[in-house]
Amino acid sequence: MPSPLLSIRDLRTWFYTEGGIAKAVDGVSFDVGAGETVGIVGESGCGKSVTALSILRLIQPPGRIESGSVIEFEGKNLATLDDDEMRRIRGNRISMIFQEPMSALNPVFTVGDQVAEVARIHAGLGRRKAWDLAVETLALTGIPAPDERAKQYPHQLSGGMRQRVLIAMALIMKPALVIADEPTTALDVTIQAQILDLLVNLQKEFGTSILMITHDLGVVAETTSRVIVMYAGEIVEQASVTELFARPHHPYTEGLMHSMPHIGHDQERLNVIPGTVPAPTNWPTGCRFADRCPYSWDLTLRDHPPLYDVGAGHISRCHLAKEPERRNQPHPPLVVEEGVDAA
Amino acid sequence: MTTAAVRAQPAANSPLLSVRNLKKEFPIKKGVFSRQVGAVKAVNDVSFDVAHGETLGVVGESGCGKTTTGRTILRLLEPTSGEIRFEGRDLRAMGTSELRAIRREMQIIFQDPVSSLNPRMTVGAIIREGLTIHKLAEGSAADARVSQLLREVGLRPEYANRYPHEFSGGQRQRIGIARALSVEPKFIVCDEPVSALDVSVQAQVINLLEDLQRDHNLTYMFIAHDLSVVEHIADRVAVMYLGKIVELASADDLYREPLMPYTQALLSAVPVADPKARKQRILLSGDVPSPANPPSGCVFHPRCHHPAKDAACTKIVPPLEEKEPGHFVHCIKQTPTTVSWEQQKAAGGVHPPERYLPLAAVHA
Repeated sequence: MPSPLLSIRDLRTWFYTEGGIAKAVDGVSFDVGAGETVGIVGESGCGKSVTALSILRLIQPPGRIESGSVIEFEGKNLATLDDDEMRRIRGNRISMIFQEPMSALNPVFTVGDQVAEVARIHAGLGRRKAWDLAVETLALTGIPAPDERAKQYPHQLSGGMRQRVLIAMALIMKPALVIADEPTTALDVTIQAQILDLLVNLQKEFGTSILMITHDLGVVAETTSRVIVMYAGEIVEQASVTELFARPHHPYTEGLMHSMPHIGHDQERLNVIPGTVPAPTNWPTGCRFADRCPYSWDLTLRDHPPLYDVGAGHISRCHLAKEPERRNQPHPPLVVEEGVDAA
Repeated sequence: MTTAAVRAQPAANSPLLSVRNLKKEFPIKKGVFSRQVGAVKAVNDVSFDVAHGETLGVVGESGCGKTTTGRTILRLLEPTSGEIRFEGRDLRAMGTSELRAIRREMQIIFQDPVSSLNPRMTVGAIIREGLTIHKLAEGSAADARVSQLLREVGLRPEYANRYPHEFSGGQRQRIGIARALSVEPKFIVCDEPVSALDVSVQAQVINLLEDLQRDHNLTYMFIAHDLSVVEHIADRVAVMYLGKIVELASADDLYREPLMPYTQALLSAVPVADPKARKQRILLSGDVPSPANPPSGCVFHPRCHHPAKDAACTKIVPPLEEKEPGHFVHCIKQTPTTVSWEQQKAAGGVHPPERYLPLAAVHA
């Protein structure tokens, strides 16, 4: 890849809570190329959203981006940039689409005003010009009668329409990078299909890079070219989307894929990943997935695995890369805990 | 539903639950005198049966009326009209004490395991409440029953002394299940029980629900918006749109050959977790219309992609009719139909009905 648009190295975002230091993001490194769509997938608490918020420097105390973290974007390290400069990047060069379109919009301003505000602040446009640009951008997102809709308030729009407004806000400055944090999770499946279609088309048209954060492997498969799987604050696997789905290496990725029911491939019983994610204040010393893993052995409990290169641009944080024959000897996971399926 | 449709329901001699022409309207009030100016037809003339031991899945998008249907059946919401019979007993004719007694047999598991558990009560007290109300056990017998229920849903008996906030989402959902089970119900309405859970935890809870169904001979009405979860757990599936059941069939038939154009679009919209799958997608334009002012004729006609759609669809309300054995569909354009071509022409129809099944859009 020619020099990436965004390059993150050893990002650590920790929260200093009463219960201890929660290492929500704990040493994450990855790149996003220009015009590329990268997916970050993982379950609640894996650190995917905190990674997104860290890139935009939206971490509030008691959270803090630790020193040594590098978020390089267009020649600047966002992790250490001063607040004024950061404000010029946020919403302008990097923008974000949030999950809940109702709470991300201000109920007392019209949606047109809210979209136009972005252009007034970042491009210094006058009221009239900003409004015209807002209406134009709303039209791009497929909102019918955009000049009428722009005069309406968020509560007058449906969930799908509100999400289009958020997309217009994110795109009005033609940013280099859009971070979409679960952009369709709150939407119905037919509306989700419309919005994903829109994002893919806009991405093609403008060449914007997209960082797609989601828990849904289906959304990842349909929209991204490269996938990062996160678990317990770190990247556990990364590969091109076709490679990842064809040859998942990490047992967590494998478990995630098998625990989803697929339409048209019904099985008697769903595979489960027993147990739950460990507490972020107390990550295990060895592999963080070891107690839930069907292949764990003494090494995995003792040594924290590095990201092994498993070929074809595919990396995996699993010691199976060293002892692949152990994959043929699955055993019941070690976890003996409440909420465990009687596997 | 036509009487023919009702007869052709599954083989069970008499269904456990039988719902006929159920309607639930919420009044829209305006002005100082709260004059009623309209009504949201949340459930609009719905009929179905649930057989002993089966799982009826109910799918549809937000606002389609699936949750209202579930709550109206339990009379947690009062129906506007219609008939609900549980083991032949008319639920709508029951008084408060009778209703309380029958609730022992009909339970519900809610979507949100946070707001459906009282944060000030211990887990043990939450589960015990039903035992006390229905006078099923007291004292040490109740304690023993609580321990047994916790074990049954995969939790440690010691957890009886803890509070809901100490548990993860999946564990809280297990507590909700234990509470529902405590009164030994026959029928449980599961209202989006796994929607708030992560994929791996979701699989644990689905497996648990299936085990409990087998061990206790339970009957489920499983309400969800996730089509793949419903395919997995349900024997039969009802698809709802704007307060109506628009398709009702065995899960196998419905997912293999969806005949209602709305179901086809819904299935085609589900993202496939396979980057090599190339599914043609039926993209529905626009949003679901308001249930306060549903479209005339077929409720789906403004967004429908059936090639024979015409003016007749805007005038004739389609009956839920049997197109294949046990496969009921609300569409006058899918053959066969009891709404004759003459009737359709009289209503402005120009395209004769034809079988339309875009399989490339439905299956990956």
